[in-house]
Amino acid sequence: MSFKEVQDFVVTENIPLNATNFLIQLVSSKPLPKFVPGQFVNVEIKNSNEIFLRRPFSVFDIDYTNNTISLIVKILGRGSKKLTEISEGESLSIIFPLGKGFTFPNPDERILLIGGGSGVAPMLYLAKESELNPDNVHLILGAKSVDDHINIENYRQFGNFYFTTEDGSLGEKGFVTQHSVFQNKLKTFDKIYACGPDAMMKAIAREAKKNNIFCEVSLENLMACGFGVCLCCIEPTVRGNLCVCTEGPVFNINDLKW
Amino acid sequence: MVDLSVKIRDLDFKNPVMTASGTSGFAEELNDFYDVSKLGAVLLKGITPKNRDGNAYPRMAETASGMLNAVGLQNKGVDYFIQHIYPRIKDYDTHLIANVNGSTVEEYLEVTEKVNDLDRISAIELNISCPNVKEGGMSFGISCPSAEAVTREVRRVCSKTLIVKLSPNVTDITEIAKAVEGQGADSVSLVNTFLGMAIDAEKRIPLLSTITGGLSGPAIKPIALHMVWQVYHSVKIPIIGMGGIMNAADAIEFMLAGASAIQVGTAIFKDPFIPLQIIDGIKNYMERHRLNSVNEIVGNIAS
Repeated sequence: MSFKEVQDFVVTENIPLNATNFLIQLVSSKPLPKFVPGQFVNVEIKNSNEIFLRRPFSVFDIDYTNNTISLIVKILGRGSKKLTEISEGESLSIIFPLGKGFTFPNPDERILLIGGGSGVAPMLYLAKESELNPDNVHLILGAKSVDDHINIENYRQFGNFYFTTEDGSLGEKGFVTQHSVFQNKLKTFDKIYACGPDAMMKAIAREAKKNNIFCEVSLENLMACGFGVCLCCIEPTVRGNLCVCTEGPVFNINDLKW
Repeated sequence: MVDLSVKIRDLDFKNPVMTASGTSGFAEELNDFYDVSKLGAVLLKGITPKNRDGNAYPRMAETASGMLNAVGLQNKGVDYFIQHIYPRIKDYDTHLIANVNGSTVEEYLEVTEKVNDLDRISAIELNISCPNVKEGGMSFGISCPSAEAVTREVRRVCSKTLIVKLSPNVTDITEIAKAVEGQGADSVSLVNTFLGMAIDAEKRIPLLSTITGGLSGPAIKPIALHMVWQVYHSVKIPIIGMGGIMNAADAIEFMLAGASAIQVGTAIFKDPFIPLQIIDGIKNYMERHRLNSVNEIVGNIAS
């Protein structure tokens, strides 16, 4: 049995990070359980008769002292749009902790973390929680344009950052897989972690497989419940169709039929 | 002290609130949140003779006040259930009801015979209303002769309480209800999901891999409520009502329309605690209306 909760949190911050991403911080009245990077919460969408289901978000940061959870909410549709309209002080129901997170690296390993779009959230959290020597933590963050990147200054201390944009407005021009670190130094890494659009993760998985490097990806399949009862978010795997919400969202690429 | 207990055939339920099949897993998933022994019953995820992978992704589309699903009875088969799942759940102190499925009458019989031997399975819900499988499923539940045939055969091998789960995708649901009552069903549960579809206009593609799926949630509640009321006036066996129940008021409406008990389904996706909130809400309603037994609510509307 894994203990799960539904609890009302209070919104303490709702800040636009750029044109499409918001940082929402929520505080609990109780101590929070330990979250593993890659685990997620399922968030109620308030003030809407139309939007029926919750929306899942990877945890971006947790402060166990102040009992806060931070999420990066990217506006993708009506639900996420509505969520970003919430005001500080409002309560918001959260189901947590959900899913299985990333496998932690061993202390002497070199890791490559790749985040695309709002997929940067669990990557930054993993960089912070990995407790590795920052020299061994490398992150490639990709977005369409400089305006779609979020400010990562507070995370600089945890690793080496590289950026790509499709229009070349920040870092190297192109996709994350076209970045020089990915192109030239992939074999120097012991573990690769990725979160972002499927096409990005599939391209990363192909290269990781080719080079026989451990690789985990975090999937974002549509889900209704988030705790394994609706069987809607399934992903075909070598072990059959599995629920992304309970068996994932983090999968080793060798388990996926990619 | 109000009495929430209800009886269906010879089974006593501690309260009339059950969780619907396909929305509460095999009870363990809900037990991660709270003690499932507080529930009247848990209707287990649909079981078939053999492993079924279900339909391709995407299987779900959110719609106005509800959702479409096209899961397609994904499960590992009855033998896996008996060997691996049943031993883990059999000690939950609530009624565990098996939801039995098949593509043919023989398949329904195979699953029924196997789960009928399990001591801690209290009843069988015969699902002749799944809209998301190509063979069997709903096709048995939309004509009287086939609904009668499968109920008759299953009744012969089922010594437990037999509930038949009805499809709303019919011209007259009372005819199907009467047909299965005539073949020995102890109860009918209604309604399963309504056939529906959703399209992405920009991409010009259906939102479900199967094109069509089953609609559930508050969007269907008034139609489901009407069907419960119709069936209540057509059969003598107890009705288990469902369809978009989100709170105690909804549950009480179904009981007033004639349901002896209710199932909470899609609401669980939104909040797994809703079934418990409904139990408390019914208690509160009975106290306000000075009712001693929850059975006094059933069918108790002015007409």
